[in-house]
Amino acid sequence: MRDAMPKWADLVLIPLVSLVLAFGLSALVILAIGEDPVAAVRMMVSGALGSTYAWGYTLYYATNFIFTGLAVAVAFQARLFNIGGEGQAMLGGLGVALICLSLPWPHWALALPAAALGAALFGAAWAAVPAWLQATRGSHIVITTIMFNFIAAAVLNYLLVNVMRPIGSMDPATAKFPSGTHLPSLHDLLAPFGIAFSRAAPANITFLIAIAACVLVWLIVWRTRLGYEIRAYGQSEPAAIYAGIRPVRIVMAAMLISGALAGLMAVNNVMGEAERLVLNAVEGAGFIGIAVALMGRSHPFGVFLAALLFGFLYQGGAELALWTDIPRELIVVIQALVILFTGALDNMVRMPLERLFLALRRGRA
Amino acid sequence: MAGAAGGQRVPAIELRGISKAFGPVQANRDISLTVMPGTIHGIVGENGAGKSTLMSILYGFYKADAGEIRIGGQPNQISDSQAAIRAGIGMVFQHFKLVEPFSVLENVILGVEDGRLLRPSLARARGALKRLAEDYELHVDPDARIEDLGVGMKQRVEILKALYRQADILILDEPTGVLTPAEADHLFRILENLKSQGKTIILITHKLREIMAITDTVSVMRRGQMVATLETAQTSPGELAELMVGRKVLLHMDKKPAAPGRTVLAVENLRVTDIDGVERLRGVSLSVRAGEILGIAGVAGNGQSQLLGVLGGTLRGSGTVRIEGREIDLAARDAGQSRRAAGIAHVPEDRQREGLVMEFLAWENMIFGYHHDPACQRNRALMDNAAIRAMTAERMARFDVRPPDPDLPARSFSGGNQQKIVLAREIERNPALLIVGQPTRGVDIGAIEFIHQRLIALRDAGAAILLVSVELDEILSLSDRIAVMFDGRIMGERRPEETDEKDLGLMMAGMRGKAA
Repeated sequence: MRDAMPKWADLVLIPLVSLVLAFGLSALVILAIGEDPVAAVRMMVSGALGSTYAWGYTLYYATNFIFTGLAVAVAFQARLFNIGGEGQAMLGGLGVALICLSLPWPHWALALPAAALGAALFGAAWAAVPAWLQATRGSHIVITTIMFNFIAAAVLNYLLVNVMRPIGSMDPATAKFPSGTHLPSLHDLLAPFGIAFSRAAPANITFLIAIAACVLVWLIVWRTRLGYEIRAYGQSEPAAIYAGIRPVRIVMAAMLISGALAGLMAVNNVMGEAERLVLNAVEGAGFIGIAVALMGRSHPFGVFLAALLFGFLYQGGAELALWTDIPRELIVVIQALVILFTGALDNMVRMPLERLFLALRRGRA
Repeated sequence: MAGAAGGQRVPAIELRGISKAFGPVQANRDISLTVMPGTIHGIVGENGAGKSTLMSILYGFYKADAGEIRIGGQPNQISDSQAAIRAGIGMVFQHFKLVEPFSVLENVILGVEDGRLLRPSLARARGALKRLAEDYELHVDPDARIEDLGVGMKQRVEILKALYRQADILILDEPTGVLTPAEADHLFRILENLKSQGKTIILITHKLREIMAITDTVSVMRRGQMVATLETAQTSPGELAELMVGRKVLLHMDKKPAAPGRTVLAVENLRVTDIDGVERLRGVSLSVRAGEILGIAGVAGNGQSQLLGVLGGTLRGSGTVRIEGREIDLAARDAGQSRRAAGIAHVPEDRQREGLVMEFLAWENMIFGYHHDPACQRNRALMDNAAIRAMTAERMARFDVRPPDPDLPARSFSGGNQQKIVLAREIERNPALLIVGQPTRGVDIGAIEFIHQRLIALRDAGAAILLVSVELDEILSLSDRIAVMFDGRIMGERRPEETDEKDLGLMMAGMRGKAA
């Protein structure tokens, strides 16, 4: 028995059709509140893709979502639902802040690997506790990672208000990072090639790290023995035990990688953009990572594309709220519809398409 | 013979031109079947031949794409199982559909209660069960709880449920799979009894011996089609097997006498306790020598799975296990790996749950458990997928896996071909000891022959083989020695030439032999 559909249809066509449906329904909602959907689309496209400034924001958000999306995707290969990307990214920010503020860094090229290491370690450490509880005590990872999000928020709140706030400041945030830690923006990176990119946009070198992370995750999951064991465990725990794969080891490994990826997001938003650690720096990117992984089918390339889409929605939506009467909440509605159609209602699109492909094949045969 | 007096007899069931497709798979193709009332009609066919689909259509689970169903001469759509019950069709499933904590009586009335209050229904059912017990020798304690009953009794409850619903036509799907030979004989007596009272029985099985023993008529299905319907008295197991497979098959293995060498596996006082605290292995001792097959016979659930589990490293146990004189650490954390390193290869009982990762491609499954092998690595970091693919393609050709495509996921192979993948993986390692559970469960006849040949060839090459199977035929034809397990113990040991099914059947029921 062969699969009903070719692989490309599964990977590209279904998400695309789902997306069209989601946008169609969004257009109806916009019509219903008395606004013009065509104008709204035009506004979103120009706001998110219309200039290098717009691209700079879209790519900046996309970078966040790539990291948190990869985090969810890696854990999901082991059938672990890591809802804790938010907290792991917050702790990653703490790691970045501690490293950036602890030494008088002479150049970003030295500060970047150190900060990335700190971010990954802190993120992984925050994932390690729920992972250990899951692996040895059977405490459900969904519950524990959610709770660790709240603990992370409380910890950061305490640290920023009481410990890390510079004396005399009213703002619950750390001091500005020294200039030796400032990362080059896409403007700086593209200038030598004669490409003029907006100076004000926050997209920075971390975008390239995110692309590298996609490749690395792909290599780990599909080309290494560890990835093989993670996937085997995710598909069937009894089979993994039969093969001598130790579940505790796999749960820990998958969650540590996942936490490290979520933590790495802090390199982008804390080190690359804010250049200090502020309260609530993650802004829900950890949760959007779930949708990104879902839509990207837990594959790094899919995650990359889905992150770009959500970056577009995020930036385009912000522009829409800024320049039109369409309320900001509607953007959340559109994002929710995209998640609903690409994630939850997958079968609604899949079944008719499968039938169509079958009919086509019969017609040819 | 019961039936209408004089004139043309009306068939109990008549199917005309039934077809059913699931996606690209044509499960039933233009099937016609006539079952006369008051007969036992057997339906045989390999796995995937479409038997279960056909019966599901008859019981209203699926709707046929085309064709006509007549029950007692009347056209009947059978839109759901309620309609089937109204038409007098009762089904006894392979996996019982009983509520375990409920009593027999409560299970019998489930879904056909008289009203909102249970008491009148229960009283009526109690009377009805008593009559049924007398009429058909179907004695069951109506107040016993299902979970306290053995499998044979549970099956009787399923039959009673059908009869209580006024079934005139009884369909039994692989009813003897979980029974001891003695229980199976009892079931057949019940079926004969039901037949003599005018009931019509359809028996689905893959055991030709049962077909020959009890049916009046037999229909053979192959690849979704009905290839023949024969009078049982006019046919033979050989002819039926040939019809099922579509070519001649060897029903019995020809093998050379064993030439046992040194002791490879020595097990002493092996014990396993499950998570509920029940001791599943109660001090098993046995040994297997190089070049011989030790068959473990027994009804499923008497500790065979635990024996395989401990030896294969998926379960913890206590006692001593030695492979070629070296003791195995039964508490090792990476048990699956250290067992393989010690030279134990394991073909698990449930290949879809343990032996294969169903979503993995064939080549990924071909190294499963041996993925630490240096041959699988290209360098320190990456696996050598190209080399594994090539190795898989070569093994698939040698083990006649169809289709021989390393890039197909395991789930897209048939049961027999999945098992060949597992066997290829385990046998090609040239293990000192092969432990193998239910090697031919859910495997079609053609592949059974092939798998048996491979096991004999491995034995002849000097490996020790521990074979666990609930199929007595398989144990008898492959083993050089037979040990019977009952309730976590070895009841005794026999040589195949000095025993028969009856003798083994008694031991399987815990009757003879002394506990080790």
